[in-house]
Amino acid sequence: MMEQQQLVPHLFRTEFTKIVSVLCKVFGIAHIEMAEDIASETFLAALETWTYKGIPENPSAWLYAVAKNKAKNQIARKQLFSKKITPVLQQVSTHSSDVDIDLSEKNIMDSQLQMLFAVCHPSISTESQIGLALRILCGFGIEEIANAFLTNKETINKRLYRAKEKLQNEKVSIEFPSKKEIEERLETVLTTLYLLFNEGYYSESSDAIVREDLCMEAMRLTHLLTINEETNRPPVNALLSLMCFHASRFKARKSENGEIILYDDQDENLWDKELIAKGIYYLNRSSQGNNITSYHLEANIAYWHTIKEDTKEKWENILQLYNRLLQIKYSPVAALNRTFALSKANGNKEAISEAEKLQLTGNHYYYTLLGELYKNVDTAKSKMNFEMALRLAKTTADKNIIRKKLENPGPNRKS
Amino acid sequence: MKDYLFLYRSDYNKLAQRTPAEAEAMMKKWMDWMGNIAAQNKLTSRGHRLQNTGKVLKNDVVTNGPYMEIKESIGGYSLVKAASYEDAVELAKSCPILKNGGRVEVREINPM
Repeated sequence: MMEQQQLVPHLFRTEFTKIVSVLCKVFGIAHIEMAEDIASETFLAALETWTYKGIPENPSAWLYAVAKNKAKNQIARKQLFSKKITPVLQQVSTHSSDVDIDLSEKNIMDSQLQMLFAVCHPSISTESQIGLALRILCGFGIEEIANAFLTNKETINKRLYRAKEKLQNEKVSIEFPSKKEIEERLETVLTTLYLLFNEGYYSESSDAIVREDLCMEAMRLTHLLTINEETNRPPVNALLSLMCFHASRFKARKSENGEIILYDDQDENLWDKELIAKGIYYLNRSSQGNNITSYHLEANIAYWHTIKEDTKEKWENILQLYNRLLQIKYSPVAALNRTFALSKANGNKEAISEAEKLQLTGNHYYYTLLGELYKNVDTAKSKMNFEMALRLAKTTADKNIIRKKLENPGPNRKS
Repeated sequence: MKDYLFLYRSDYNKLAQRTPAEAEAMMKKWMDWMGNIAAQNKLTSRGHRLQNTGKVLKNDVVTNGPYMEIKESIGGYSLVKAASYEDAVELAKSCPILKNGGRVEVREINPM
């Protein structure tokens, strides 16, 4: 009974998305709800049946068989053979057993990818894209999604409902974009996956498991893109590389009581060497073609951070990478990180001069950086900046880090 | 914030006389200077470098020019954002070309 209680939630996650993706492809985007309902009913049936019959030898096969039957019954019952259904079904005879619901590995993967493009559609907000991706493609429950976004179930339900409506109205189809569109659509998908990963990596939600799961799901979906020939492009590999490098530090980033451990204080031995190796593998695969994207640059910067040693070479490389990154995609975070690299590569004086020009007032990380730069140069100014940072910081975790710096300034920074 | 053009003028011959080490050092200075501007979110476009060749068309006559032998050929351009000429000039002050006898022409873009 204990075993089953652990097995079903895990199965639910992985098999839900597979079943829903395939059924969505069959029913069309207008019937996402139906696909979700069938999947949910299947798992309900599993819970009920397995309780007294025990877990079957091949649980996935059992689930697929039940889902198939329910789908066929649904088709027959609702008499879907009308103009509303997808053209594919229209060609099939009215006997429901002729409808093929292909749950082979290849079709599952293809359907998920096509679903990924459908869900990451530019007509809905990125928030909605992430929400839908988590629900349909990652099998997250509404409550889990609410937790991840630090909001409530009603908000998420509304968001998802409106997003699905929009997709229906836009008549978004569940298929691979044409060769003409694919690069542009891929950009939207990658942005969403990048944001999804960041949600997990920087999330303020107290649930550590949800956080890591978000990152893992982002990586899984990005990896799916690398398997398909059409979508296996350099920026995709660059993004996956970046995710691997960041994820490699998961265990080292948090102390036992959930406190953030910054980069310089981390125990290198806790860095996941396998993930670092994967990151390098995908980084190499991304170095093709002439198009250097922000993902390429970020992945290369992340690569240098897998080397903890403070060499001139490391920081000069990181500085130049940030120089290029800021030129194609400005962000305050990149500007601050670049300034830190500047201090390491060109010296403190130059970095302080440039830092003062940034004027990122209202941003506590800005004042933290200034505090660090002034540390050995002007103790009073250093303290003043750290105190400003403390006033601006919102979360307890952030405030604690700044307090530590005030008490015992050390060369730590990112995590 | 307005857009300003930076026109870089220098001696092409001097450029050709540099050693690889000097060229590399100069490259870093340029990248760092551009990076400084980009970090302030004031770089509209890093622009382009121009080849050491050119043609001039005037009154239907085409000549080879402007002559690259003069010490102040336009070597390239960039676009930056600034609130005023003063601020734009401030950004230009640390342009590496100035230490090499070159100059930066700052012109305000006319947004039609």
